[in-house]
Amino acid sequence: MVDNSKIRVVVGMSGGVDSSVSALLLKQQGFDVVGVFMKNWDDTDDAGVCTATEDYEDVKKVADEIGIPYYSINFEKDYWERVFQYFLDEYKKGRTPNPDVMCNKEIKFKSFLDFAMDLDADYIAMGHYAATKVDENGVVHMMRPKDGNKDQTYFLSQLSQDQLKKVIFPLANLTKPQVREIAIAAGLATAKKKDSTGICFIGERNFRKFLSEFLPAQSGKMVTPDGKVVGEHAGLMYYTIGQRSGLGLGSTKESTDPWFVVGKDLEKNELIVEQGYDSKLLYATSLDASGVSFFTGQPDHDVDLKCTAKFRYRQPDVGVTMHYHAKDNTVHVEFDEPARAVTPGQAIVFYNGEECLGGATIDRAYQNEKQLQLV
Amino acid sequence: MTRKNIYLDNAATTPMDPKVIETISSEMTNDFGNASSQHAFGRKARQVVETARHELAETINAQDKEIIFTSGGSESNNTAIFGTARARKNIGKKIITTKIEHPSVLNPMKRLAKEGYEIVYLDVDKTGHINLDDLKKELTPDAILVSIMAVNNEVGSIMTLKEIGELVKDSNAYFHVDDVQGFGNIEIDVKEMNIDLLSTSAHKVNGPKFLGFLYEKDGLKVSNLLLGGEQEVKRRPGTENVPGIAGFGVAAHELNEMDKKQLQEKYQKFQKIILDALDQKQIDYEVNGSLEGKVSHHVLNLWLKGVNTYSALTNLDLNGYAVSGGSACTAGSLTPSHVLEAMYGEDSPRIAESIRVSFGRFNTENEIKSFAENLVNMCQRLSK
Repeated sequence: MVDNSKIRVVVGMSGGVDSSVSALLLKQQGFDVVGVFMKNWDDTDDAGVCTATEDYEDVKKVADEIGIPYYSINFEKDYWERVFQYFLDEYKKGRTPNPDVMCNKEIKFKSFLDFAMDLDADYIAMGHYAATKVDENGVVHMMRPKDGNKDQTYFLSQLSQDQLKKVIFPLANLTKPQVREIAIAAGLATAKKKDSTGICFIGERNFRKFLSEFLPAQSGKMVTPDGKVVGEHAGLMYYTIGQRSGLGLGSTKESTDPWFVVGKDLEKNELIVEQGYDSKLLYATSLDASGVSFFTGQPDHDVDLKCTAKFRYRQPDVGVTMHYHAKDNTVHVEFDEPARAVTPGQAIVFYNGEECLGGATIDRAYQNEKQLQLV
Repeated sequence: MTRKNIYLDNAATTPMDPKVIETISSEMTNDFGNASSQHAFGRKARQVVETARHELAETINAQDKEIIFTSGGSESNNTAIFGTARARKNIGKKIITTKIEHPSVLNPMKRLAKEGYEIVYLDVDKTGHINLDDLKKELTPDAILVSIMAVNNEVGSIMTLKEIGELVKDSNAYFHVDDVQGFGNIEIDVKEMNIDLLSTSAHKVNGPKFLGFLYEKDGLKVSNLLLGGEQEVKRRPGTENVPGIAGFGVAAHELNEMDKKQLQEKYQKFQKIILDALDQKQIDYEVNGSLEGKVSHHVLNLWLKGVNTYSALTNLDLNGYAVSGGSACTAGSLTPSHVLEAMYGEDSPRIAESIRVSFGRFNTENEIKSFAENLVNMCQRLSK
């Protein structure tokens, strides 16, 4: 067996079962494992209860069970400045941001990675479902994990080669049920803990209420694509392209189909709605995205590539042709088939077979050359 | 990797003196009686408690009956503050304290402020000392209590208790001293310093945890915090922790035998070893507080420029050295030190880049040398 005892792996432990098992597996492989709990958000309620405190208690228990030292680090300031401000700014622009992508890029693989390096770490690890492969030139490639259902490469799509070189994904070859089994077999305190859902800082709370605490909502008209006013909206930021529920509109003479958000007009503060899931306006044939990041580095020349892509987490891949523009680090992506509800602010992530190539942030979508009114 | 860890966080707690352990263990084995019982078992326990009380009273030049056993520093502080506020609210509702007190003083103050008391927080200078003129100005007839610590737990500044006592003596206020950090490190004489109330904790002086005493000057009017039986002359209910008190007494005996000046000289030497090591490798640092003058040398608070407190603490711990920085709060993260904020302002970079090293009686020069070397290496690595 290889001697890993001189290799220090600092594991970001959230108090959930995935990172608990990551830490356990690394310890079993003989690494010098150090557990660190990140506190990124202060959600202390009026009664003084803070879920982070409970989560940290779980980290302590698991770390003791595994037999590793544990610490906690506070990144609330970094998170506020680099993730939450971005989150609000995007909403202000009428877009639908993905804070988890930003959290990985700015906090877990920057602030936390820096901290780990300060602790003389060789690698970091967390509870992500993702995999890596090193080629003959020492370049690290991001790969899909065994558990396709939990595949988190979408959220890791903005990581650079330098970041990727420093990470181990201990769950790469495990499915979620297997991870639970390992936790139960080892008697870990978090073995049966419920998975966290939703955006980490909002948790189970009402999303609209949360957002309204930070951004003033401006109500306005709900209109059909041809300009007919059909109702009032509570504020454009509350609606996502393709969304159905919460519009409060009934049937019309013409149709009993439910209404869907098909666009936003930020200037007029109007929400564009139409009846029918398959509203034509929801289908894009191509898109523009910026802030392109490839795991193996940015090419210095334009690239055209047939590959697949996801423009939403947990969505099946769709066939695309990607045109990379080196000059401004953007991509233009053409879909093989029209795609429903392409949403500005969300990530588009590219795959070539089992390899995840990288991602970008969606800015605009088009239907046969004509830009859709999404923002 | 499995080498012995070195403990340099004695301001947080201290290892128990083997003599204390021996006494507690023997008491637990032999004298289990309830000190309030009338039979032989009770009398034996009572004798043990009173012997310890006498030993403890001597450490601060108090009378035996002025010593009330409590669960420790926090309870003693709470009792002194709430007890005085409640008993004297007809005289006035003004209480004077400082910005650098322990949370067991500051949080009761916050509560009292909500209940309508006027709390005055005195500023401190960059060495961690108050200005006596500020205190003088605030000592109006409605001031019922002045609560000031003997020694600050983060930077070691020693308050001018004698001068403060002189001022308070001529006012309506009681003078309470949180002596948790001073006890055992500096000499305190409650008579000479005109102290009315004084809090201590056993585990800071190599005694057991969850035990301390409140000195309450004879004849003072202070309300009880807890109600129950008639223990401690009706001032603190609950069956006395006889073995613990016996141990506390032994710890006090050691303090009475000890030359505090020699102890301070030893700690001063420890400080010098560390600072010399930093200087030699030209590490960029500053001392928070001062090294000379009115300061207890058991604490050394260092601003390690460019080195984040979290990183420093974690690295040192992983290497086997226990020090501290800021105070631990929920979720294990650190809240910024209110003491450094009061001394240097909220925006000072010191607040996020400082560590506290605190020495105890059982630390050896070799331990300090080993720590200094590790500290220097860490600073060289992290401040790059």
